[in-house]
Amino acid sequence: MEKRSMGMAAKRRVANITTYVILVLISIIWIIPFIFLLLNAFDVGNPGLTGNVWPEKWGLGNFAYLFSAESNFLRWYFNTFIIALFACVGQTAMQFMMAYALSRFRFKLRKPMMNMMLVLGMFPGFLTMIVLYEVLSGLGMTGDSAVPGLILVNIASSGMGYYVAKGFLDTMPKSLDEAAEVDGATKFQVFYKVIMPLCKPIVIYTVLTSFMGPWGDFVFAAAIAKGAQGGMNVATGLNSWLDSSNIAGFYKYFCAGGVIVAIPVIILFLFLQKYYVEGVTGGAVKG
Amino acid sequence: MEKLDKDSYLKLSKWKRFVYKFKYFFLITIPRVFFKIEILDALSYLKLNRWQKLGYKIKYFYLIKIPRFFKNLGLKIWKGIKGFGLGVAHFFKNLFVTFKEGDKFTKLSYLFMGVGSFARGQILRGILFALMEIVFILYMILTGGYYLGKLNSLGLVQPLDADENLVANADNSFRILLYGVLTIFFIVAFIYTWYLNIKQNRINEQIKKDEKAIATTKDDLRAVVDQQFHRTLLALPTLGIIVFTLLPIVFMILVAFTNYDKNHNGISNALFGWVGFDNFGQLFSWSNGTNTFSATFGEILLWTLIWAFFATFTNYFLGLVVAMLINKKGIKLKKVWRTILVMSIAVPQFISLLYIKNIFAFDGIINDIIKFFGGQPVHFMDDQASPLMVRVTVILINIWIGIPYLMLVTTGILMNIPADLYESASIDGANVFQQYTKITLPYMLFVTGPYLLTSFTGNMNNFNVIYLLTGGAPHPQEMLKVNAGQTDLLITWLFKLTIDDSNYALGAVLGIIVFIIVAVISLIVYNILPSTKNEEAFQ
Repeated sequence: MEKRSMGMAAKRRVANITTYVILVLISIIWIIPFIFLLLNAFDVGNPGLTGNVWPEKWGLGNFAYLFSAESNFLRWYFNTFIIALFACVGQTAMQFMMAYALSRFRFKLRKPMMNMMLVLGMFPGFLTMIVLYEVLSGLGMTGDSAVPGLILVNIASSGMGYYVAKGFLDTMPKSLDEAAEVDGATKFQVFYKVIMPLCKPIVIYTVLTSFMGPWGDFVFAAAIAKGAQGGMNVATGLNSWLDSSNIAGFYKYFCAGGVIVAIPVIILFLFLQKYYVEGVTGGAVKG
Repeated sequence: MEKLDKDSYLKLSKWKRFVYKFKYFFLITIPRVFFKIEILDALSYLKLNRWQKLGYKIKYFYLIKIPRFFKNLGLKIWKGIKGFGLGVAHFFKNLFVTFKEGDKFTKLSYLFMGVGSFARGQILRGILFALMEIVFILYMILTGGYYLGKLNSLGLVQPLDADENLVANADNSFRILLYGVLTIFFIVAFIYTWYLNIKQNRINEQIKKDEKAIATTKDDLRAVVDQQFHRTLLALPTLGIIVFTLLPIVFMILVAFTNYDKNHNGISNALFGWVGFDNFGQLFSWSNGTNTFSATFGEILLWTLIWAFFATFTNYFLGLVVAMLINKKGIKLKKVWRTILVMSIAVPQFISLLYIKNIFAFDGIINDIIKFFGGQPVHFMDDQASPLMVRVTVILINIWIGIPYLMLVTTGILMNIPADLYESASIDGANVFQQYTKITLPYMLFVTGPYLLTSFTGNMNNFNVIYLLTGGAPHPQEMLKVNAGQTDLLITWLFKLTIDDSNYALGAVLGIIVFIIVAVISLIVYNILPSTKNEEAFQ
């Protein structure tokens, strides 16, 4: 009997060691592109795309270039930051207004509205692009002054992404509202004073995702800036450094820019990871 | 066909026997095997062997479930049409009855909105109704009427005259279509407000008859934050969606029926006009072998579906495996493993995608490593690569991108699987693999069914991965004519057609097709999915 349990323990140990080996391999695969990126960013040798990973010459020159007056990087960074800031406030507000109304109230057009949004969501988003460009250019919000336009585009239709917030609100007992209403609270007070404080985790999730969105926003940003350097965000700007005409002179700058963009987002993300996981798993189960 | 008994069959000549067999096979055997189903009860179902069970399930699916689904769909549509018809009848009946039975203020409200409200002391409502009417009339006179009148032709005065000079008062098809649609939206909104205004009168008359108090302006203002609070909440988001999503989509659906492209841009070279279903014809004219649009469309559609399938399921199963490895009993540093993977979600996708693209470039790092070990450099994702190579590479890279996300999604759910399920399974002697296929997988599929569906349709429209990694490469000559490549998805092709080629009409057609495919898949799967039918299976 003893021998057999020894065998089991040994077997388990082997299984665990295999698992560790696989996990280490996975970690390497997932982390190595970022290490390469970091190494390239510190390489002040040849600025173009080179095969070698290890820097020819170490230095901070690439970063210095980004922050110098020569490059538009700071402008792009600032643009993106402003957009992200407005987007996270605006999108969160829009999504919660929508989610709260659909979750806590029962009215005649509720189902048709939800179906309508579901159907609209099935159209590829780009279809709206040329119309939005025309509308925004009528308002003078394209090209070099694309930032307000992008903010508007980011916020306006964001009510359609109400699903995660609604899923969370649906799990909150109705008795909370009723108790407050018996005490004479208006529906607005119930919303503002009773329910919203309880929604902290999901509010943080929404703020986090909507803040991260604009950093990677590529298609709309490119379409609305239309090549004007002053209106680009980091994604469009850095991508323009990888054009076949630019890549030979700018590749290492791209790497340095990527590092600068990624670091704050990663730090923010790691701090708020818990909330992100909560939102993602909740959203997936509800569908 | 006539069935023969054994004697008469044996009397036939050899050739006739062959013909008989042939006919028998196609007219009797095949229909019996494929198109007929005997509904089995549970006991006789359990008696079948594994393959018979599978066959039965498949047959049941397409012979019973799918027809039932379409029958229900038809019934639903019919009910919808009937409901709509009844609604319209009700609408007109209400208008008529209210007018006949109403007092003079009610009657006046038909022409001058808000009169009834003013007369009954609801100043705020009166002002809003009157304002709506004034704005509407002004809008229609100043601009709306003009655009609405031209919507039929999309403009007649061409921007260039015979000598290619700019014409001063030329029409602008784009504006005519856009503002025409906007005007129609506005008219619908106006009719709704007008109806509301009349309904108010009816309701207030009823309240007066019952000798109750009519809502005052103060009550109305309170309702904004109380009884009607949902309307307050919905107003802004809905307006945003209507203007920034609904309006553009309706516009683009209409563009699919015009010849809006770079030679007819509606502003500076030539107007565009209605062409009916011509654009759809371009994509679906299979008979014409030289039509590269239809040939390309077929290839891209096929690849889009293949891609969506592989991208969804490789990520799903591997993500699940990684989550299980990390969750395994006795594994330490769970948080560290998870954080390492999650970091790749935090990095904006364009950085990781563009960087990985360059790692896999012909003069990139991977090829350097291959050369270091004495191999030949490989074309992974450029125009010289073989299509299969590019497709496999893209799917592999997509695994890299998708696994962390799936790992997060599945970790939470995995922890919810009741542990006693596994315990009793291992007491009964089930090994790890059996536990995975009999407990973990069914449970996960059940819970995440809707998620799988959304990620399938999401992958069909996964613009970033394809556009940033390959840009559609490789581009064979035939496909390059219509600006497509062999790894283009419908969505990236749509993007290239509209943005690079300014072929808006065809882009719009593709958009509609993407919509139809996504909608049909979602509709069917949602109706068949176990989690929407049998909600208590795992409770």
